[in-house]
Amino acid sequence: MKHLRSIDELGLDGLTGLLQLTDHMAEINQRPVPKVPALRGRTVASLFFEDSTRTRLSFETAAKRLSADTMTFNVSTSSVNKGESLRDTVATITDMGVDAFVVRHKSVGIPWQISQWTSASIINAGDGAHQHPTQALVDCYTIREATHAQNFSGMKIAIVGDIKHSRVARSNIQAFTLLGASVVLVAPPTLLPPDVSHWPVSVSHKLDEIIDKVDVLYMLRLQSERMAQGHVPTLREYSEQYGLTHKRVLALKSDAIVMHPGPMNRGVEMQIDPSDVKNSLIHRQVANGVSVRMAVLFELLGSGSSLGGQA
Amino acid sequence: MSKSESSSTSREAMTAADVRRAIVRIAHEIVERNHGVDGLAIVGLQRGGTWIAEEIAAQINNIEKEVKVPVGALDVSLHRDDIGMRPVSLGAISNIPFDLSGATVVVVDDVLYTGRTVRAAMEGLNNYGRPRAVQLAVLVDRGHRELPIRPDFVGKNLPTHRADEVSATRDGVFVTPNPQAKP
Amino acid sequence: MSKSVVIKGGTVINRNSQEVADVKIENDCVTEVGKNLKGDIHLDASGCIVSSGFVDLHAHLREPGKEEAETIETGSRAGALGGYTALVAMPNTDPPQDSVAVIDFVREQGKRAGLVDVVPSGCITLGRQGESLAPMAELANAGVTLFTDDGNGVQDAALMRRALEYAKGLGITLAQHCEVAELTKGAVMNECSCCTDLGLPGWPAIAEELMVFRDIELVRITGASMHFLHLSTMRSVDLVRAAKRDGLAITAEVTPHHLSLTQELLASYNPVFKVNPPLRSIEDIRALKAGLLDGTIDAIATDHAPHPRRDKEMSLDMAPPGMLGLETALGVVLAEGGCEIRDVIALMSWNPAKIARIDAEHGRDVVAGIKANLCVFDPQLTWSVDPERLASKSINTPYVGRTLRGRVRHTIFKGTATVIDGQAQK
Repeated sequence: MKHLRSIDELGLDGLTGLLQLTDHMAEINQRPVPKVPALRGRTVASLFFEDSTRTRLSFETAAKRLSADTMTFNVSTSSVNKGESLRDTVATITDMGVDAFVVRHKSVGIPWQISQWTSASIINAGDGAHQHPTQALVDCYTIREATHAQNFSGMKIAIVGDIKHSRVARSNIQAFTLLGASVVLVAPPTLLPPDVSHWPVSVSHKLDEIIDKVDVLYMLRLQSERMAQGHVPTLREYSEQYGLTHKRVLALKSDAIVMHPGPMNRGVEMQIDPSDVKNSLIHRQVANGVSVRMAVLFELLGSGSSLGGQA
Repeated sequence: MSKSESSSTSREAMTAADVRRAIVRIAHEIVERNHGVDGLAIVGLQRGGTWIAEEIAAQINNIEKEVKVPVGALDVSLHRDDIGMRPVSLGAISNIPFDLSGATVVVVDDVLYTGRTVRAAMEGLNNYGRPRAVQLAVLVDRGHRELPIRPDFVGKNLPTHRADEVSATRDGVFVTPNPQAKP
Repeated sequence: MSKSVVIKGGTVINRNSQEVADVKIENDCVTEVGKNLKGDIHLDASGCIVSSGFVDLHAHLREPGKEEAETIETGSRAGALGGYTALVAMPNTDPPQDSVAVIDFVREQGKRAGLVDVVPSGCITLGRQGESLAPMAELANAGVTLFTDDGNGVQDAALMRRALEYAKGLGITLAQHCEVAELTKGAVMNECSCCTDLGLPGWPAIAEELMVFRDIELVRITGASMHFLHLSTMRSVDLVRAAKRDGLAITAEVTPHHLSLTQELLASYNPVFKVNPPLRSIEDIRALKAGLLDGTIDAIATDHAPHPRRDKEMSLDMAPPGMLGLETALGVVLAEGGCEIRDVIALMSWNPAKIARIDAEHGRDVVAGIKANLCVFDPQLTWSVDPERLASKSINTPYVGRTLRGRVRHTIFKGTATVIDGQAQK
């Protein structure tokens, strides 16, 4: 495996392999000294065109725990437009001796475009509304950890919110369905993509009709701009119809799991404090982030799987 | 060349009984050398050494019945010095559910060869704490050391060719010469 | 006294005839069409078709303002290599072609290059801002016959109505880039299941169709004439077909890329495939081809849109839309268009010459007495596209590595060979 750019590119075997590898990394993170020399001498560069302290730190911690060196480039999009092209930036950094790029950008397709300009491995930390594969891995791992289920057949997962603009949703829909879950998307029609008929999902516009049937309730963040763009009349109306309210928490099955990729918009999609929700795994999603990213880095840079079949 | 094809040419270096007796002897030697089991911990290396570590610990518990010696397992794959040079497959997950600091850790493996696995193990142990001492117990020492590593407790010294394959299980120790090897 | 040129042994295709014949050119005219003609220079045309030179109704020559991407000279050369003897230059230059000064400049640059007739189009609205009308009468007096805000459509219906009424009085033709801007904000590709997967805002077909419908109705009530640029959807074709049946003075064009490339190519994330209007579905392509065959669509126009390399190395959403087209048009149309060669000549030469009102010197039957604006092309020759070897200054062709069928061998412009054996002569 040379790159991790999207879940569909990863495939089911790649997905389950990484989840199993994450168990090893989770054990390492339990040790008093959570560090192994596995990626000693390798360099991982973070190329974040969108601000994200949490994801970036998660990757950098993961790299350091594997003894890799890290470089951080906080590139504001405007500086790239001012003259140095994205291509030049990537080529320059590659020349400094980089083995992997972790890239987050607001434009779809950047990880694939960058792959043409460098021999380094590319890890997609989010490209526009398209994919965020490591988040999907974290979410699958968290569910697996809580349910001890190796695959998700028979599981019913609801993804609630702004599916249209969500890369987390797109990656998770692919990952959850690959693992055998049945996925229902819950959103007003304006927050669903134009045509989801070819996706292996069902759709509901009424959260209350499905909330007592789901095993996992996955809440997406609603950005306040969506109101200005006319996708929802008011945030209050959205919150009433699709938010996690106290009443809805009570309607959940006793063993249902609640998740959210963060950061949360309190009062919008989450009306209650997640620490008040018995089965909220939001804190586990954060905790598992480093282990999952260690697995990804090791698989791409240290496992030798890209060397091809020499035992 | 599969192992089943080669079984006719492999020789038995230790029988099942030999293996059992060697483990009992090693257990006694460990207790003798350390003047008891105080502060002792046994860590088997994945995957070849873990069953031996369990057996040794069981034997020690037979000898010194009052205290149960803690046993753990360590996967050294992520501490190897050849990562990136060949595909790495991870063994079972490490499990050391006790504090190693100040303990005398006996590392247990089935076959001691170049010594690189043991070097990786010593580095791995450091993640769990700082042992007072580290000792090495192996069922078989087949020679060809590449690092300054020597065992404290040995089941059997077994000279081999580099190209030979050595397997060690409860059923015995078998040496399979590589047919490509020059005589 | 310049040398006489004879094009030997090609198949001359005219509206009512098709025969193997030699064509003799002296000074800037065709003096004779017949057998066994002799001249100072012989250009071999065996196995080739001889027709009037192609006319492109829609080329972005980028000068003035974006000479980094193309100049009138390099664009003209690309045109000549594509068999064109006239190019209508789109007005979205900087400054835009909404004043006589800029029109004259563009025309002069064209003359100076001397490779094709560069026919500047004018803007409908001042600065292409869509707010007030450009001085169309003044521009018409300066010889402009086609007006468009191309790059954008005129969004204000009332303003468009006024423009059509005004145009009717002047005997000029307005051309529309049909796109309701409010429906296409941030759009990168056709609104379809592919853009759902990619998480990209889509360019819905109705954004084009709504304006096509609007302008057809405005033509109906004003009695003006209208040319639709780069139609791309099934329903647009249906709307134009019905309008023509009603006898309205409507013409329409389609680009080679909208006949041959589909939206799925955007899944490669390669901005070379980003264009306005976007590549559509295979069903749309079928409908466009049917429109070519039944006369609903009158012309093939390239919408040649050069962009510097760096601009097309940006992300999909930031890269400017547009593809090259002049040098590949014939090869694409012959390979994919599904038309007879005679129909291709009508679509690429006879009809566009009429729409641009330059049919005095272009798009004529090849007979003695006409101005020698000719194209000699081999309809069977296959070739593959190497962007670095195109004459355009830019390299954003979507046909990289693809095999096309049909290539220009010689182009004659006002009696002078601008292209001989596939090589530009100046």
